[in-house]
Amino acid sequence: MRYEPLNVGRWVLWGATALVFIVAPFVFRGGFALTLMTQMGIMIIFALSYNMLLGQGGMLSFGHAVYSGLGAYIAVHALNLAGKGAFPLPVALLPLVGGLAGLFFGVIFGYVTTKKAGVTFAMITLGLLELVFACVLMFPGFFGGEGGITTNRTAAPAPFGVNFGAPLQVYFLVAVWCFASMAAMFALTQTPLGRMANAVRDNPERAEFVGYNTQYVRFIQLMLSAFFAGVSGALSCVNFEIVSAENVSAVRSGGVLLAAFIGGFPFFFGPIIGAIVFVFFAAALSGFTKAWLLYLGLFFVGMVLYAPGGIASLVLMQFPVLRIGRFRELAWPYTGAGAAALVAIAGLVGIVEMVYRLSDTSLSSQMTLFGIDFDAKNTLPWIGFAVTLAAGIGLLRMAWRAVSARWNAIQHDLLARQKAAA
Amino acid sequence: MEFFLVQLLNGISYGLLLFMLTSGLTLVFSLMGVLNFAHASFYMIGAYFAYQISAKIGFWAGLAFAPLAVGAIGMLIERWGLRQVHKHGHVAELLFTFGLAYLIEEVVHLVWGRNAVPYRVPAELDGPLFSIVGSQYPTYRGFMMLVAVAMLVSIWLVLTRTRVGLIITAALTHSQTVEALGHNVPRVFMMVFGGGLALAGLAGVIGGNAFITDPGMAAAVGPIIFVIVVVGGMGSLAGAFYASLLIGCLVTFAIGLDWSFADLWARIGITVTSATPLAALWQIKLSQAAPVLPYLLMVLMLIFRPKGLMGTREG
Amino acid sequence: MRKFAYTLGLGVSAALISFGASAQNVKIALIEPYSGPMANVGDQFLKEFQFAVEKINAKGGVLGGRKLEVVGFDNKMSPQESLNQFKRVVDQDIRYITQGGSSAVAGALLEAVNRHNERNPGKEILFLNHSAVDPAFTNEKCSFWHFRFDANVDMKMESLTTWMAKNKNIKKVYLINQDYSFGHAVKKAAREMLANKRPDVQFVGDELHPVARVTDFSPYVAKIKQSGADSVITGNWGNDMSLLIKAAKDAGLSVDWYTYYAGGLGTPTAMGDAAAGKVKSIAEYHVNVTPNKVAKHDAEFRKKYEKEKLDWYFMRAKLMFDMFAEAINKAKSADPKAVALALEGMKFEGDMGEVEMRKQDHQVIQPLFLMTLHKSAAKGGPKEGKIEAEGSGLANVTDARLEGYTSATPTSCNMKRP
Repeated sequence: MRYEPLNVGRWVLWGATALVFIVAPFVFRGGFALTLMTQMGIMIIFALSYNMLLGQGGMLSFGHAVYSGLGAYIAVHALNLAGKGAFPLPVALLPLVGGLAGLFFGVIFGYVTTKKAGVTFAMITLGLLELVFACVLMFPGFFGGEGGITTNRTAAPAPFGVNFGAPLQVYFLVAVWCFASMAAMFALTQTPLGRMANAVRDNPERAEFVGYNTQYVRFIQLMLSAFFAGVSGALSCVNFEIVSAENVSAVRSGGVLLAAFIGGFPFFFGPIIGAIVFVFFAAALSGFTKAWLLYLGLFFVGMVLYAPGGIASLVLMQFPVLRIGRFRELAWPYTGAGAAALVAIAGLVGIVEMVYRLSDTSLSSQMTLFGIDFDAKNTLPWIGFAVTLAAGIGLLRMAWRAVSARWNAIQHDLLARQKAAA
Repeated sequence: MEFFLVQLLNGISYGLLLFMLTSGLTLVFSLMGVLNFAHASFYMIGAYFAYQISAKIGFWAGLAFAPLAVGAIGMLIERWGLRQVHKHGHVAELLFTFGLAYLIEEVVHLVWGRNAVPYRVPAELDGPLFSIVGSQYPTYRGFMMLVAVAMLVSIWLVLTRTRVGLIITAALTHSQTVEALGHNVPRVFMMVFGGGLALAGLAGVIGGNAFITDPGMAAAVGPIIFVIVVVGGMGSLAGAFYASLLIGCLVTFAIGLDWSFADLWARIGITVTSATPLAALWQIKLSQAAPVLPYLLMVLMLIFRPKGLMGTREG
Repeated sequence: MRKFAYTLGLGVSAALISFGASAQNVKIALIEPYSGPMANVGDQFLKEFQFAVEKINAKGGVLGGRKLEVVGFDNKMSPQESLNQFKRVVDQDIRYITQGGSSAVAGALLEAVNRHNERNPGKEILFLNHSAVDPAFTNEKCSFWHFRFDANVDMKMESLTTWMAKNKNIKKVYLINQDYSFGHAVKKAAREMLANKRPDVQFVGDELHPVARVTDFSPYVAKIKQSGADSVITGNWGNDMSLLIKAAKDAGLSVDWYTYYAGGLGTPTAMGDAAAGKVKSIAEYHVNVTPNKVAKHDAEFRKKYEKEKLDWYFMRAKLMFDMFAEAINKAKSADPKAVALALEGMKFEGDMGEVEMRKQDHQVIQPLFLMTLHKSAAKGGPKEGKIEAEGSGLANVTDARLEGYTSATPTSCNMKRP
């Protein structure tokens, strides 16, 4: 009998995640919060499936919405058929139908698209997306045209009396599938397929020398990624009870790319963070300001320039420091930099909001921001916010120098310790 | 016969417009390996700048200065943005330009509003150039073709006959050697990037008043210029030229043909009615599908000949 | 101390009164795009609707003093985002929604409203559709909780073809439309209705092109030219309309264009002189109709938004709010079910003539106008073209007034009434 020590860390982490899923709707109450969390769950699955391609396989895809969208269309037809009594399909198993549909299209499209990686692959996915989008509009018989296909999730068979009419039930359906998909996709990264996908990403030539056909590895990775994309598409169908051309649009594809990147594509859990942030920007922030798209764009570009590993990389960089117990030294510099960043952001938000307010002539230029009332036509607020922005940037540079100094010192220490241990 | 001639002229002029759009993109890609997702956005900015300048001064001033302004912005972006991202690899560069496209569109909304702006063809160039069997051919289209050809010729001349051009061509494949010889290669990159975007801006000046100048114009032409770059072969200017003409004529002629698979089946005796399985697919006419044919062509090209028509690098 | 208590009491009661007053407002949620590429459309709706409601409130509001209030909810033109916004509307206890910028969104909202009303009796929500013209909403998808205030695709075509049938100059008709459900509906309706009324008219072309994907329409124009058509019927809107007309002018194509949406919302500006004398459209209003009972309303709106150069287009929305206010007063209640019962079957004296809200399918039957864009009177065009569209140099001039009954198509609606 082999003794394998229990991986306590892993159990704790996954247990905590499950706990968060269960407790969240009771902490954040309200219809809108619930719908937001449901969408986050769906987006998490979608973003993780996308990262199977980008982060793990090194394949940048501009058309991932093809698989989730087509999976959603098949799912909505299946749900409508189940609702009419054609076959007994409980709503809880609908994501499986979506997943299988995604898998099917992954097989068809994947075989031809995975011959090359890199920019070629990216371009071919773009072309494929355009084709599928055009087809969806051209064949209204199957795709319901521009209005899409609507469905009723309560009409399907309801075992155990759970008919998914209530939003809370839908949330838990999404939560269960999200957790299961997360576990499955994580497990995949630990399999030989997952490892070879990483190898193919890093050095395709060498992977071939090891004996694996890189095209075949990419193909299988894409198939499985399409499966999970289909799962997310079917859950989206259950949540919104409508599937339309929007599900296969460039906006959807761009969104999941943004989400995976912002979260951090080199890491498994990066897209999870990214999905949450993205849904927040798109669904919640848009209720507060019309400039949400600008903020999202700026955030994205900022990430590309300064933190291409995403939020996850920023978080993970701290762990070695934590381990040697020197994080305390960074606490003050980080707080300083954080405060400076907040000042700069306040200045930026002020200017952007004023510009948007002035460009919308139906509203008066009288506005309130951060609890202060002012008139956007006066020069004073402009000067005020501009100064705030400039000051913030200046402070940020100073604070960052302090952070860099401390960081470099700690890195030296880390290196020294590594050498000593070696 | 006359119809064929008219369509040929239309196809060629459309193809040349597409070439104007993609020449800058190909140039930048062939030198820097950066596929600029925001290229179409600079086409849009060029059109808007031309609109502003022509509203105040005149069209010809716009033609001269708008591309320069766009080029200047391009150089700034290269210096402060792209260079920073370069060290993170090609994917990061592509994503940077992707985010840039989003931002530019929002900024255009803010500055010029969301409706189309009345950027018009100047009176001197308005009106028909000649009549071909009852159908007029507009002067402005002729002007567009002239500018496109002039662009091609001048790019070719610059790259092959001037010193700067030779340095650029050398830096394409041997940037380190060129740097070792004492040339400022980063500055060359910056100029090429700016130059490529200036070409996009010039296309915008010419195309903006022939068509519509509105915030959606970048998204309208964006996908098709990538098709041309891919079909022509990444990194080949001549390939982009031939691909532009090919796609321009392909789409134009396809629009003129109302063939469908149903017609094909009818020839061998099978009639397609609405009850036939996949009837909707068989009844699609070529003219209906014409504008999406380029994407089909791109997918096929990438499957069977990923290098493109005349490609030198696959990226 | 007493002064403090007094001020506090005054403040609290003032707050209570103002809270009470705003709680008394009858709120209508306008779910349209306010960000993203179609934001100018949503913006136009919001401005016009708030203006219409202001006028009603100035005349005393409804139910002896309650005000109507239009509140915007941003759907970014996405059916799925609209459902998110609908949840917010429900959360905020608003009982009326209005929308119309996209039939796709309207379809999604209609389903959501039906389901919500089924699952929440007593808290029903009413859907006032101002512009979504998919015929299905007053046929197979009709619902008691939905009222449409715009003539749908079939109705407009019915009116149009009745007029065209009388015009003996029309012999060869070319159809060109966008390849999606709206374009398909226009094409189908045109073919059926015109063939019925004028079997001698030849359809020399039937073209479908992808939506918003075509930049260069010259190949299509060449085909139209080659077919020898004298008239073109098209449902194209936005850039697809403007680019088509511009390409036609460039090629010297001289046909009459019968359109749905060329009369406004940026299209006259984009088309410019290319459209003069050729482009017709069918709608319930244009600024140069005579007599014009809303001329003052129109002029006031244009003056208010002079800087942005906005025109006033949506007479049907003014009609909608006028009828809505009337229904509330008739029902003596702001409860959606009561209002719906009062609204259906209502015969109303609208600003352009008599209007009926047909009880069977909740479709409004109103007079329509066939109009042509000419050079404005100031630029040498017909003298009726006094006011320009969007300062474009073009002005709409009436070709014919089409009475409501000419557009009243039969309906297959069989709605379940509560």
